[in-house]
Amino acid sequence: MYRLKIVDHIILLLGVFVMMAPVVVAFFTSTHDAAEIHRQGLTLTWGNHFAETYSTVLNREGGFTGQVTGTRMLMNSLILGIGFAVGKIILSMLAAYAIVYFRFRLGTLFFWMIFTTLLLPLEVRILPSYEVMHQLHLINTYTGMIVPLLASATGTFYFRQFFKSIPDELLEAARIDGAGPIKFFFDVIVPLSKTMVAAIFIIMFVYGWNQYLWPMLMTNDESFYTLVRGIKQILLVWVGAQIPDYNEAFAIAILAMLPPVIIVVVFQRWFIKGLTESDK
Amino acid sequence: MAAIEINQVSKIYTGDVHAVKSVNIDIKDGEFIVLVGPSGCGKSTLLRMVAGLEEISKGEVKIGNRVVNKVDPAERDIAMVFQNYALYPHMTVYDNLAYGLRNRKTPKAEIDARVAEAARMLQLEAYLERKPRALSGGQRQRVAMGRAIVRKPAAFLFDEPLSNLDAKLRVSMRGEIKRLQRRLGTTSIYVTHDQLEAMTLADRLVVLNGGEIEQIGAPLDVYHTPASTFVASFIGSPAMNLLQGELHGDKLALGPNLIDLGGHAPASGSVTVGIRAEDLRLASPGEHAMTVAVDYVEELGSQRLVHGNLGDQSLTAALSPEAELMSELRLVVGAERLHFFTHDTGKRIGGTALQQAMVAKTEIA
Amino acid sequence: MKRVQFSSPTLPYLFLLPQMAVIFIFFYWPSVQAVKSSFFLEDPFGFGSSFVGFDNYKGVLESAEYRSIAGFTAIFTALVTFFSLSLGLLLAVKADAVIRGSSTYKTLLISAYAIAPPVAGLIGMMFFDQHIGPFVRFAALFGWDMKIGLNYFDTAFAMVVVSVWKQIPYNFIFFLSGLQGIPVSVREAAALDCRSGFRRFWTVILPLLAPTAFFLFVINVTYSLFDTFGIVDVMVKDKAANNPITLVYKVYMDGFRGNDLGGSSAQSVILMIVVFVLTVFQFRFLERRVHYN
Repeated sequence: MYRLKIVDHIILLLGVFVMMAPVVVAFFTSTHDAAEIHRQGLTLTWGNHFAETYSTVLNREGGFTGQVTGTRMLMNSLILGIGFAVGKIILSMLAAYAIVYFRFRLGTLFFWMIFTTLLLPLEVRILPSYEVMHQLHLINTYTGMIVPLLASATGTFYFRQFFKSIPDELLEAARIDGAGPIKFFFDVIVPLSKTMVAAIFIIMFVYGWNQYLWPMLMTNDESFYTLVRGIKQILLVWVGAQIPDYNEAFAIAILAMLPPVIIVVVFQRWFIKGLTESDK
Repeated sequence: MAAIEINQVSKIYTGDVHAVKSVNIDIKDGEFIVLVGPSGCGKSTLLRMVAGLEEISKGEVKIGNRVVNKVDPAERDIAMVFQNYALYPHMTVYDNLAYGLRNRKTPKAEIDARVAEAARMLQLEAYLERKPRALSGGQRQRVAMGRAIVRKPAAFLFDEPLSNLDAKLRVSMRGEIKRLQRRLGTTSIYVTHDQLEAMTLADRLVVLNGGEIEQIGAPLDVYHTPASTFVASFIGSPAMNLLQGELHGDKLALGPNLIDLGGHAPASGSVTVGIRAEDLRLASPGEHAMTVAVDYVEELGSQRLVHGNLGDQSLTAALSPEAELMSELRLVVGAERLHFFTHDTGKRIGGTALQQAMVAKTEIA
Repeated sequence: MKRVQFSSPTLPYLFLLPQMAVIFIFFYWPSVQAVKSSFFLEDPFGFGSSFVGFDNYKGVLESAEYRSIAGFTAIFTALVTFFSLSLGLLLAVKADAVIRGSSTYKTLLISAYAIAPPVAGLIGMMFFDQHIGPFVRFAALFGWDMKIGLNYFDTAFAMVVVSVWKQIPYNFIFFLSGLQGIPVSVREAAALDCRSGFRRFWTVILPLLAPTAFFLFVINVTYSLFDTFGIVDVMVKDKAANNPITLVYKVYMDGFRGNDLGGSSAQSVILMIVVFVLTVFQFRFLERRVHYN
């Protein structure tokens, strides 16, 4: 049994190598000049163009209209990530609270209505969703990018699960202590949900930041592009280019993945707890 | 401080399931009432109906002459101590105690005063700034009681508060609860499945079974004059021996043994006979006695519990630790110590005057 | 259900209003529209649409192109699900077995979860690039002339590799969590009953992981069908022509690039049915088989 331990480590090291190598290589390669990359291929050496490449990506006004900077895209990604996470948390906490703690006539109906949203991911209703947004004049708006994504059950189910695990006696004691539904929500439920909210925030932020399809459909105005969307732009601009700007592509890729990865790594425990405890 | 009236109260669930069947209890102001019975007997349901946490299907509950059936729990002027303490985990002990008062817009000075007083009574002063997770089980239970005390309600409702504590703690907390209630004089309804807790705490006991009251009375009354075989076997430890016998004239036939009742036979035919373990004693040589085959012995230190068989029925006797042990023992029981119950319904048959006389004797002695 | 609940007449509705409003406007209404337009054919000049019954469905299902794409999607899904589940499981088992350094391994293996599919696709593209990609050079050593974006098979290969890579962390997290949820006492009892670690794994550990595995199976299938959109898009760059694409990508192409509203909607409805069956299956199965406690 002890001999196996070395094999275990080898397998794990291999796994880590496979998972991390592409990212590491992408980073190092991004520090080189495009021509160098074309000549040498992907590399693990440190080029001298780190500052140059990244500042270009962040500050150069590129894209088709020559107006969008990398920084702008970063801001958009941030807005989408935070906006989505905050929106999801508020909507689902309220909805889950209503479903779990109230006895009212349409309760079961609403629960099932929310449940059915799990059955149809966005990808199967992109056309009509786009139509609706068009009619509401929400194309090329932050609202249009964020709000439709909120129409899903995941957040509500997470909180419902969590609320169900809170002991009944707390509510009974609070009722005897004279707390009505709103007071109970703010005085007891919200403080007790802190860790859950943190975990969900992380997951939803990453999800929002990484959105691709929906922002792509919702925005044709480049000033609304997110970093992730910007990736596609780079590829489109390459058509006809002599030497593709590999370094800039990598730079944007690194920028696009950095914040979510950092958050996931730093807040690892909360993030995992949120994922695994709520998906039951 | 208030009297509580429970009139014909029933709890009926869908499917016509009656968890509580038309219960009547009159609780005097300042009285400590204990609802005791096995799980599922309806005692918690009854308590929660008084609290307002369960709807009352039929009947009415009055707290201090006010019918409270439709009144919100917070408005009934009651406070509850839960089995799982139900402390707000994110609030300090101080905040836990103050929460109910804050919701009622009590002035801060008053809140401070009441919390300080409760903390002193329950020795919680050192813990006021701690959160519940930093407290032991016993301390949490005291905070739960403190929460009830600061409200100065008309009645305390206890829902099996000591069940989650270890045995030793339970004994000491029992005493504290008794002392506290005496001192504050607040009407209290206490629910437990532990007959010992019931006996030691109650001014009056209510024994419940299957949603119905089997007996209401002072602990000693219930102990010495159980109204049914259920009460007889539930109250008292070890449980009362219940044996099948035949009454012929003034003689009782218990298996192969014949006991002369000396003219005290309350009925005739088949009966269930109740004998408390401590009422059995070793027969002196030559005395007419029952022969019991010994199965096994439990040494309690203060007593010796002998488990054996009388014919084909089992029997337990509580003997003194010095009693001599053999494979067969000869035991006697005084005729006036026998309890008789009908064979079919298990209800008590007469004999009350006798037992009352005995109770009087015990009180004087 | 909670033992005690509030019974306010208006409050629950107020709390539910935001969520329900969003769901109604952005979920139910579009979904209904999608189903509706699948039964209509749009006039080529854009002046209106006529009801054509199931014609759109017939057209879609009978099209050889659709069938081949469906075939690719099925194979793609099977490959991605199989490999990402097995690799995720392998890594989880090893990470669980190792005592020293396990948290470092965990951190490093999880980090890729947060990478968006198109970003993964871009990096993948680079690794498979004609000129600079190491994989291309490596494959050339074996006489394999990789041409991603031009050769169907090569592109498909790259898509599978990148998709598997992206999904491994997710499976790893859940399998690891599942493994750590198995009570130590059960493992100790198994160690006493069975000497071979391998056999122990198959007969004790794996069955106890079954609920997690099943859950992940459905998630992975959903991932392969839908979330890989970003990867496909980046690799194909709107030039679907000769390249492998998944069914969901075709919905996008026909609807947004090809303006075939009816056909695209019909395809959407077909996918809806597939997801519906999957989800129902998942919930039914999960309810029944899962609880070992």
